Amino acid sequence: MSAAASAGAKDPGAALPGARLDWIPLALVPVLALAALPLVGSPPTWVTLTVAGLAMGMMIFMMASGLTLVFGLMDVLNFAHGIFISVGAYGAASVLTRMAGRLEQPSLASDLSAMVPAVLAAIALAGLLGWFFERVLIRPVYGDHLKQILITMGGLIVFEQLIHVVWGPDIIPLPRPGAITGAFIVGEAAIERYRVLAVIVGLALFAAMWLLLNRTRIGLLVRAGVENPEMVESLGYRIKRLFVGVFVAGSGLAGLGGAMWAMYQEQVTAQMGMQVLVVIFIVVIIGGLGSVGGCFVGAMLVGLLANYTGYLAPKLSLGSNILLMVLVLLWRPRGLYPIGKA
Amino acid sequence: MLARMLSGDFPRSRVLTAVLLAILIGLAFAPFIFPGTRSLNVAAKVAVFVLLVASYDLLLGYTGIVSFAHTMFFGIGGYGVGIAMVKMGAGWGALAIGAAAALTLSLAIALAIGLLSLRVRAIFFAMITLAVASFFQILASQLSPLTGGEDGITFRLPEPLQSRLAAYYLVFAVALALFLLLLRVVNSPFGRVLLSIRENEFRSEALGYRVVTYRTVANCLAALGATVAGILYAIWLRYTGPDTTLSFDIMIDILLMVVIGGMGTLYGSAVGATLFVVAQNYLQDLMKLASGAAKGLPLLPDLLHPDRWLLWLGLLFIVCVYYFPSGIVGRLRARGL
Amino acid sequence: MPEPMLSLAGVNTHIAQYHILQGVDFEVPRGALTMLLGRNGAGKTTCLRTIMGLWRASAGSIRMDGREISRAATPDVAQLGVAYVPENMGIFAGLTVSENLRLAARSGEPDAGRLEWIFGLFPAMKTFWNALAGNLSGGQKQMLAIARAIVEPRRLLLVDEPTKGLAPSIIANMVEAFRELKRTDTTVLVVEQNFNFAKALGDTVAVMDSGRIVHTGRMDALAADSALQTKLLGLSLEAHQ
Repeated sequence: MSAAASAGAKDPGAALPGARLDWIPLALVPVLALAALPLVGSPPTWVTLTVAGLAMGMMIFMMASGLTLVFGLMDVLNFAHGIFISVGAYGAASVLTRMAGRLEQPSLASDLSAMVPAVLAAIALAGLLGWFFERVLIRPVYGDHLKQILITMGGLIVFEQLIHVVWGPDIIPLPRPGAITGAFIVGEAAIERYRVLAVIVGLALFAAMWLLLNRTRIGLLVRAGVENPEMVESLGYRIKRLFVGVFVAGSGLAGLGGAMWAMYQEQVTAQMGMQVLVVIFIVVIIGGLGSVGGCFVGAMLVGLLANYTGYLAPKLSLGSNILLMVLVLLWRPRGLYPIGKA
Repeated sequence: MLARMLSGDFPRSRVLTAVLLAILIGLAFAPFIFPGTRSLNVAAKVAVFVLLVASYDLLLGYTGIVSFAHTMFFGIGGYGVGIAMVKMGAGWGALAIGAAAALTLSLAIALAIGLLSLRVRAIFFAMITLAVASFFQILASQLSPLTGGEDGITFRLPEPLQSRLAAYYLVFAVALALFLLLLRVVNSPFGRVLLSIRENEFRSEALGYRVVTYRTVANCLAALGATVAGILYAIWLRYTGPDTTLSFDIMIDILLMVVIGGMGTLYGSAVGATLFVVAQNYLQDLMKLASGAAKGLPLLPDLLHPDRWLLWLGLLFIVCVYYFPSGIVGRLRARGL
Repeated sequence: MPEPMLSLAGVNTHIAQYHILQGVDFEVPRGALTMLLGRNGAGKTTCLRTIMGLWRASAGSIRMDGREISRAATPDVAQLGVAYVPENMGIFAGLTVSENLRLAARSGEPDAGRLEWIFGLFPAMKTFWNALAGNLSGGQKQMLAIARAIVEPRRLLLVDEPTKGLAPSIIANMVEAFRELKRTDTTVLVVEQNFNFAKALGDTVAVMDSGRIVHTGRMDALAADSALQTKLLGLSLEAHQ
């Protein structure tokens, strides 16, 4: 084999940068936490708030990650994403109320024997609904943003009503398992057990997603598809199959987030999905549409800020995330981690 | 004369003409044809929502942008009047100042949103407006000394408007006038540029039209229309609160009305709003009957439960988006009825 | 005469309301390099995209190795052994060079021997193996795009303007690489504006104008006939010479 072209020979070995981490947005999370310390004053309170904020952020991340990935890959913004959250919550509630007996024993094993099936039911139910959404509602309107927004709104209206048909119109109270109720006391700080669980689940999920996206062939396909779906097809891959898979996975994650959120709130309503959807949109915009890493950082910032302001200035708390979004967009108009196309 | 009033934009369908005439006559003589508080309430709500939905269609149908902030402007109108009437007393001056303040605020916000986010993609605009609108909802519930929080504001009107009849005709006349004005806007050269932007943004830009400017102006006009609708609704109800103006449910109602009636034709807004408000008030009675009849069957009574009326309109909405993007009006025109 | 690798007959393509291809007929013979020339806007890129299934032909027939592919979806066309290098190169900027190549190897990992051969053609691919493709220079990106198309043996390569925007020295490298590729008897269809590049490499040639093929024949015959060149290609090519 003969060597031919040798462009680039001018700078042999001068390594170009590889996949480099843009650490500034990531650093915002600890910076925000540390900046809040003097304002909050008492360290134990700060610890409690920080853990609460991280837990909330993790749950938001679970609910938002699917949305941003679906947007990045398929250029579809699903306004009915909240339905998957609600359905996940109802699915978990159905299982948990049937297994209420197991939750009364103060043993972790017994609790988990009810919670694991509940969470799995939530993921399965939301994933199934996601499959239906992609196949029936969204597939005919790929590439048409206006119709996508309208059709997903229509899906939202119909399925919110169907939830009422199936589960009834009333709020369902949700028993929280005994072993994860209550708090650890560390020094003077009280840390709710459930929040620790949420942080663990969230971190595990983020790590799993990171590995899947960066260390597997499917992940490679997804990352390439986010950039240029047409080229992925030209290489011989059926991107529609990938779409279905990602959509179902994203919906399942939303269902998981919904189940976790419902156990945190200790109740389930059909509107809960829609209520968190605004926060999810804000997180997705802050992170950069389509970016999973940005979504994670955005979720942490929103969760922390909501808890700090909730303590320092309760009136501001609900609007704090909008303020954060405006600030981020002024700094980086396309979000913390902008993705190639926009 | 008629052609000038309608700006040359005729219904172009016999059935549609008949329906529109029926709506117009029904609204014009509502106090006499349908006596009773409930039906007059329905008539006033129809008048207000025709204006609200028509102004939304200026955005969605004529400009091709989806905004979720329309109820915010609706609410600004309502709260403007409500706050002024409570703080300044029930006089014409207060009404005028409240209305003017509301219109100014709406214009400023619409301008800001438009300039900041209309240059980006449609999806982004939809998300930003959703976030801003939810922020306003929060604001209204948090500033309870001013807004009455979740309870809203009940207020008194100046003397002549205390008569239901006078209030009704004020609402009807202003809504009709503004509807005709909107008809004029969409049939003006400005309206035609909007349509060409909707069809092909790049071509319009290449032809030298400042797309962002046109969209921003459309956004401002739509916002002003919604604000006036909010003012009228507050006057009619003598009340303003989150559930009657700001709630996301109303935003969904508006979407249903505009799509079912027909996007991109203001007559569609009139038909959609009328159909929806009437359905909201009377379909439930019908469903109660149907649900009773289906008693004993599985699931069906639940699906036909009066509270589930939105389910059926939602399905109709989806069918419209897929198969009849120009809604009822488009179907009537296409079939030459 | 053996059956051609690719043959188009009466292919029409509409994009929105525009009628771009208005009955395209030509053949790409096996084991040869065919140049598709023509002015800007003649429909060359649309022609490649239609073959690839990225635009749908509204009429006509496209046969790849005897199989009708005008209705086939893009991934199916690719799986028949067609590799495509689009005009904008279509590299994944957020992926590394190695990831770009791994993705193109449908069987999984690229074959080590084949990879050495590609490194021989384009040493920069080895140097920047772990660099983000988005950080490569324009010429290196083009090399990556071509490397990606040949990372596994393919039966037909479609390459859209490989010299676009490249410096003359890099074009010389590109010519060398294509010469090496021709030694492997790969069938190639290249869309070009640069006549010198086309002259150096083409075996056969087809010329498009206004959505139709206006000339087909041997490249050396066209290269020798400057009157015909002027008639077919006009001034737009003079500028590139």
